[in-house]
Formats: sequence, C-alpha cells, structure tokens
Amino acid sequence: MNFHTQYFDLGRLDRLSYRRTAVHSLDPRAKVIATGLFLVTVVSFPKYDVAGLVPFLLFPVLAATLGEIPIGFILRKVLIVSPFAVFVGIFSPFLDTRTVAVIAGLPVSAGWLSFASILLKFALTVSAALLLVATTSFPGVCHALRRLGCPPIFVSQLLFLYRYLFVLAEEAMRIVRAWDMRAFAGRGRGATVFARLVGVLLIRTLDRAERIYQAMLCRGFAGDIPRLGTLRLRSVDLVFVAITAVFLGACRFFPVTEGIGLLAQGIWR
Amino acid sequence: MHMADALLSPAVGATLWAGTAAVGGYASKKLKVQINDRTIPLMGVLGAFIFAAQMINFTIPGTGSSGHLGGGMILAILLGPHAAFLTMASVLTVQALFFADGGLLALGCNIWNLGVYPCCLVYPLLYRPLAGEGRSPGRILIASVLSVVIALQLGAFSVVLETLLSGRSELPFGAFVLLMQPIHLAIGIVEGFVTAGIIGYVAAARPEILESVAAARPVGAGVPLAKALTVFALLAVLTGGAFSWFASTQPDGLEWAIERVTGRGELSEAERGVAAVLRGLQEKTAFLPDYGFKAAAAEPAPAAPAAAWPGIEAGTSAAGVTGAAIVLVLVGLIGLGIRSAGRRPGSTP
Repeated sequence: MNFHTQYFDLGRLDRLSYRRTAVHSLDPRAKVIATGLFLVTVVSFPKYDVAGLVPFLLFPVLAATLGEIPIGFILRKVLIVSPFAVFVGIFSPFLDTRTVAVIAGLPVSAGWLSFASILLKFALTVSAALLLVATTSFPGVCHALRRLGCPPIFVSQLLFLYRYLFVLAEEAMRIVRAWDMRAFAGRGRGATVFARLVGVLLIRTLDRAERIYQAMLCRGFAGDIPRLGTLRLRSVDLVFVAITAVFLGACRFFPVTEGIGLLAQGIWR
Repeated sequence: MHMADALLSPAVGATLWAGTAAVGGYASKKLKVQINDRTIPLMGVLGAFIFAAQMINFTIPGTGSSGHLGGGMILAILLGPHAAFLTMASVLTVQALFFADGGLLALGCNIWNLGVYPCCLVYPLLYRPLAGEGRSPGRILIASVLSVVIALQLGAFSVVLETLLSGRSELPFGAFVLLMQPIHLAIGIVEGFVTAGIIGYVAAARPEILESVAAARPVGAGVPLAKALTVFALLAVLTGGAFSWFASTQPDGLEWAIERVTGRGELSEAERGVAAVLRGLQEKTAFLPDYGFKAAAAEPAPAAPAAAWPGIEAGTSAAGVTGAAIVLVLVGLIGLGIRSAGRRPGSTP
C-alpha cells in the first residue's frame, strides 16, 4: 500500500465517523462495551467451530448498514491486514489431517475447519473494531474510555496523537514527495538516507511540540483535555447493550446455526 | 508481527490485558508525579511522529524488501521508560482502531510485546548502561542495535507463546519459533541501525534538542551495568526454563487452553469490560497449583473438554452447513434490505 492511499484511508475513516445515523448517535460507552462483549464472545469459540460463528456476522452487517458505512471499504481494510492470521492459520490443514466430516462427498479435515474458524474470527473481530471507530469517531472512543476508568493521562495522549497524526502525516508526505523526485531509479532509498529523513522529521516534530505547548499554555492548558458537553446514557443505549448481550449470549450458548439447519431440513422433507 | 484477535483465546487475551493495564496504571501514576505539563504534548506529538515515520518505507540493504520503523526504542531514548510506554501504547491503540493492525482484544498482547519489552525492560536495563551519557556515536550504535534486537526477540517469542497457549493454531512450537526468531533478528538489526542513525543525526544537527529532552524528562536512575547483566542472565534462565517446559508439555498446554475456553462457556454471561478482565485474572490464579484447581472442582468443567471436540457427527455437521448457509443468506438479505430501505426515502447522500 503506498503512502497516499494509506493517508487518505485514515481520513476517510475519520470522515465516516461524523455522519448522523442511529448507530452514530448511540452513546460511545454503549458502543465500546457492546464491541468488547462481541469480541470476547467471538474469540471464546473453540477452534473447530465454524457454524456457530456465522450468526455473528449479523453484528457487523447491521452496524455497517444502519451506520451507512460502505462495506467494501471495511472489507478492503480487513484484507490488507490479514497476512499474519492467514500465515499462522494456513498450516492447520496440513498438520491436522483427521477427517471429521464428509460434505458432498469430499472429506473435510479438522485442520480446514480450524483454518476457516480463524479466518472467520479474524474478519469478525477486525471489522468490529473498524466499525466501532467508523460509527463513534476516535475522540468519542477516547472519552468513553476515560469515563470507563482509563487513566486521564493516557486518554490525553491518545487525543494528542490523533490530532497530530494528520498534521505530521502531511509533513511526512511532503518529505516523501521530495525524496521521490530526487531518488532516481530507486537509488538513495536505503536505510542511511531514511535515517536522515526521519531525523529531519523528528527535529521538526520536536520544534512543533514546543510551539504547541506554548500555544496551549496561552489557552489555559493545565495538563488535561476536558470534553465539551457531558455524555448522557439514554434508555436507547441501555436497550442496545441489553439486546446485544442477549443476542451474543444466545448465539454463544445455543447452537443457533444447527437449529436453523435442522429446521430447514425438516421443512424440506 | 502484530498479534491478532483470531489467534487468541479469551484467557490469554485477558491475562495480557491485565498485565498491560497494570503496567499502564503504574506508568501513569509515576508520570503524574514526575513530569511537567510540557511532556504531555511532547508525548502526543512524538506518537504521531512514530506513525508518520512508519508511513515512510525504506529499502533493506541487500534484500530489496522494504522495512519501516517500529519505534519503541527511539521513544524510550527520547522520553524515558514511563512516558515512552504510554506513548507506544497509544500508538498501538490507534493502529488497532484505524489500521486494524492486530485487534482490540489482542491489543493487550501487542502493547505487552512491543511496549513493555523495549520501554520498561530493555531500555532501562540494557540501553542506559550501554549508551552511558549518550555522547559517543559508537556506544549509541552498539547500544541501540543490541537493545532493539533483544526487545524484538522477546516480542517475537511472546507472540509464539501467546499463540500456542491460546491453542487456536496447529503450528508446532519448534517450527513457529524457528520461523519467527530469525526474521525478527534481521528486522531488529536493521531497525537498530536506523534508530542509531536517527539519534546520531539529531545529536549532530541539533545537539541541544536531545539535551533539553533529557533535561525535561524525569531523571531515571541509571542502572549499573553489572546489575543489568545479572537481570538478563536471570531472564535467560527463566526463558530457557519456560522453553523446555513448553517443549515437553506442549500438548497438555493445548488441551489446557481448550479446557479453559470451554470451561468458560459454563460460567455466567455477565462479561462487562473490567469484570471480564478481572475474571480472566481470577481464573488464571485459580489455576495456579496452590489453589488446587478450586474453580475446576466447583464447576462441572472437567466434563467440558470431552464435549469440546468430538461433538461433530455426520448429522449435526450437515445441519451446521445448511444452517450456516441459511444464516449467511439471511444476514445478507437483512443488510441489503436495510440499505435499500434507507436509500428509498433517504435523499441524504
């Protein structure tokens, strides 16, 4: 992925988070808690379970459609970060070759099941995290974390980092553009030049930090970033968390997929 | 080498989260006493700097593949261990949320692997004694290459351990270690040279910056070299011990992990943020030998492992496939339905 796409992708996720939909207007804390529950439930499935995981797709699909987030965009991001999970999972089919089922005449080994389970879990967890940001906005998540007991200094740190991420990415983009123009045929792309470039960026960053600090002092900074307005939990938020919890619990402890399958087979006959 | 949610079991994820939260709480408490307001924006902007620097790729000499900066060690050199740890944690949080690198549950593991090791362990124990006052370029070079390499080796080894304990992957311990450690040795050497290059460049171009940064940050008591070496010898022995233990009991470790997961299914379903973490910790301690499997005895958990795997028979697996297909179609239809319903009256593009 090249530099510019990476940068604009970042901005796009940020822009998506300022839409006004039912999902966006839920309390950030409710969404953080629901996402947490979702992740723990998905990850708690044993390694050979594939069918049980399928109903969980409803959660990201609902979040994306109700929140008007383009699914293709989320899927592309999921795909980009998948190599490590695929790398670790791809060995399973070759190492765990016990046949556990015969589907349409083809023997299926336990390894393929666990590989599929890893992939499904990966898609579910990664898209849940992305959708949390896309529907809550990063500052929203930060303030929710703070209200949920995260140390204030860490939350300030996150907010600063996020604010200056865009500024410094532009700074870096300028440097890279200049570098591209001067590095003919890939020459001068080695680690030494890189260290110099990053050194320059670091010096600019440190100077900027000093200026920011002075500017913030002028505006009454005393070591903390307060939020304008307070968060208020409405009954909608509580209902949302409760429904999520019930849905997750039902899908975790009851074989929903098998049930639907058996029902369908029964109707078919 | 970010750890991914999909490879984690809840017990391992929760334990690492608990560990990371403990270190984070300690670091922020320390910082609150030690720093002035100036450090807070500095930390934030340096975190953003790590990101910007990671967006720039460079060619690794001799291979043609591209690498980028990890950043834990350079933050520690500039900010000191506590502030660097919090900065690194924030960088990884943003990575997990925005780039979906790793995941939220695996964030605990990632902060531990890439934050705790370089900032809280290797920097104070190895870099500081080796680099000394930080005036000689040779010492900086040796110190940063060694520190980055060791921090990355510890991190890579932890990824292996975490994956193994979670029991989600079939990859055997030996093969996984042999894959991970050499790759990260190469990455570590390159990153060490780059780190030294950056620090060296800043020291040459604007020496006052490093001095003022060093003056602004809390005075970390330098650890004498002999003491540091003792700690590392101890660590080596511990790692070796853990290594051989896993090598010999690895299948049990796997079974243990599966049992953990299924045993957990029997417990109540109230899993709210902090409570889940605390319970993970509690379960962990319940499995220490002293407690004598108290939790397992109280719950009907021992029966669970039997049900975990062989539950699949021809009939149920066919039902599973049919059900999965139907659920998939249903979910898709729900999504499409909402989308088109939203589009018809909605004129908001």
